[in-house]
Amino acid sequence: MLKILKYSIFDLLRSRWSYVYFFFYLLLGFVLLFLNSDMNKAIITLMNIIIVLTPLIGTIFGIMYYYNSKEFTELLLAQPIKRSKIFMGQYIGISLSLTLSLVLGLGIPFVAYGLFKSAAIFDFTLLLVVGSFLNFIFVALAYNISLSTENKIKGFGYAILMWLFLAVIYDGLFLISLVMFNEYPLDKFSLAATMFNPIDLSRILILLKLDISALLGYTGAVFKAFFGTAYGMFSSMGILILWVLFPVLNIIRKSNKKDF
Amino acid sequence: MINIKNLHKKFGKLVVLDDLNLEINKGGVFAILGPNGSGKTTLIKSILGMVIPNKGEILYKGESVLKQWEYRKDLNYLPQIANFPANLTVVELINMVKNLRSSATNEKELISLFGLTPFLKQKLGNLSGGTKQKVNIVLTFMFDNNLIILDEPTTGLDPIALIYLKDLINKAKEEGKTVLITSHIMSFVEEISDEIVFLLDGKIYFKGSIDEIRRETNSTTLEIAIANLIKKQYA
Repeated sequence: MLKILKYSIFDLLRSRWSYVYFFFYLLLGFVLLFLNSDMNKAIITLMNIIIVLTPLIGTIFGIMYYYNSKEFTELLLAQPIKRSKIFMGQYIGISLSLTLSLVLGLGIPFVAYGLFKSAAIFDFTLLLVVGSFLNFIFVALAYNISLSTENKIKGFGYAILMWLFLAVIYDGLFLISLVMFNEYPLDKFSLAATMFNPIDLSRILILLKLDISALLGYTGAVFKAFFGTAYGMFSSMGILILWVLFPVLNIIRKSNKKDF
Repeated sequence: MINIKNLHKKFGKLVVLDDLNLEINKGGVFAILGPNGSGKTTLIKSILGMVIPNKGEILYKGESVLKQWEYRKDLNYLPQIANFPANLTVVELINMVKNLRSSATNEKELISLFGLTPFLKQKLGNLSGGTKQKVNIVLTFMFDNNLIILDEPTTGLDPIALIYLKDLINKAKEEGKTVLITSHIMSFVEEISDEIVFLLDGKIYFKGSIDEIRRETNSTTLEIAIANLIKKQYA
């Protein structure tokens, strides 16, 4: 698996898009710090961007890598390698190279601005951890979609729909249901609904750490009341791990059954 | 060497291989022929483990290949469409496949035979179709294995490369290796193969030598014989 991983990372590191992505974060980091001149505020703005953008980029990269390397995957399938290792190698390769772009792209401007002397270092680290989680989750979801869709255009469409649903539509539906059923006790429902969306979960995880009650919103407040800050963070982190684990297991299951 | 029993494969409602039985003994060149969509590639891919059959058994050297992967150390496969990662160079790809299989190779000889030396440092995305196919052939023939599977090996090759390919196949035959080939170029098949396996409607319709197939269909050449067999399906 390490050999496949090495070659996918190598392949991606030479693609123009990894650099575009890296420079985008680099620029974003510098601009935000320049405009805000306050690291804490910059982190909040970054959170709002990362939470929507990393899932989108992860989804697109995952989908494109799968379809573009289809013939190459077939070449690998004819080699004496176990199937699951091929797909795991590719999956980890994409996720890691995206994470590298994120961590380096944002890390460089923040370190240059004096991150290590600032109290914001833990908040910032958490932001990067959550961003990395989102990379791993959405690349895995994208791989699930592409493994079950032969047609490239359809696969791409489903993947974008999935992102749109989790990033935008889900919150709308959630909000509508809160308004519709506001006569009922909704804290359990909203807890569960948050856990079923990795984007919402990441947002709450970061807001719990930042401890800005004005931004927490209803679900955040419920989360805090139910779990408390420390326990809430651990449990949401645990659920994020499950969000990586289940799609990955499904990639292995699907790839073992698929015809190429 | 290869023993296929009651192999059954369908894609959705389309039955591609229907209770297929085939035995291929060690040594010689076997051409798998048939009209478009007769299941040639599916059969080959089932042997390779890329297509997972619905029913049936495939034995290679007496052992089942289903859900296994180690047996692939012992075979070389040339895929139908040679499309490689565009960002890698030729030499990187060759080194990568070598690295994955870690057995002895003779790629230098093949690279100079097919005149690929000037292309070694070029990215695969910039190569022409024929050059990619040559790289594909180098990747297939650089390992010394007993079973060689070639899916449409002649695609895009220039006449000289074609002659070299035939030499490689003949050499493999002399060394007692087993070669499985699919092709639509009948003159090529006639020239190199010892035995024909003709697939029709997911079954083996005919298996035998070129002389036998000519006699059976009352045809003068293999091309006409095969055309006659395919015509029966259209009728």
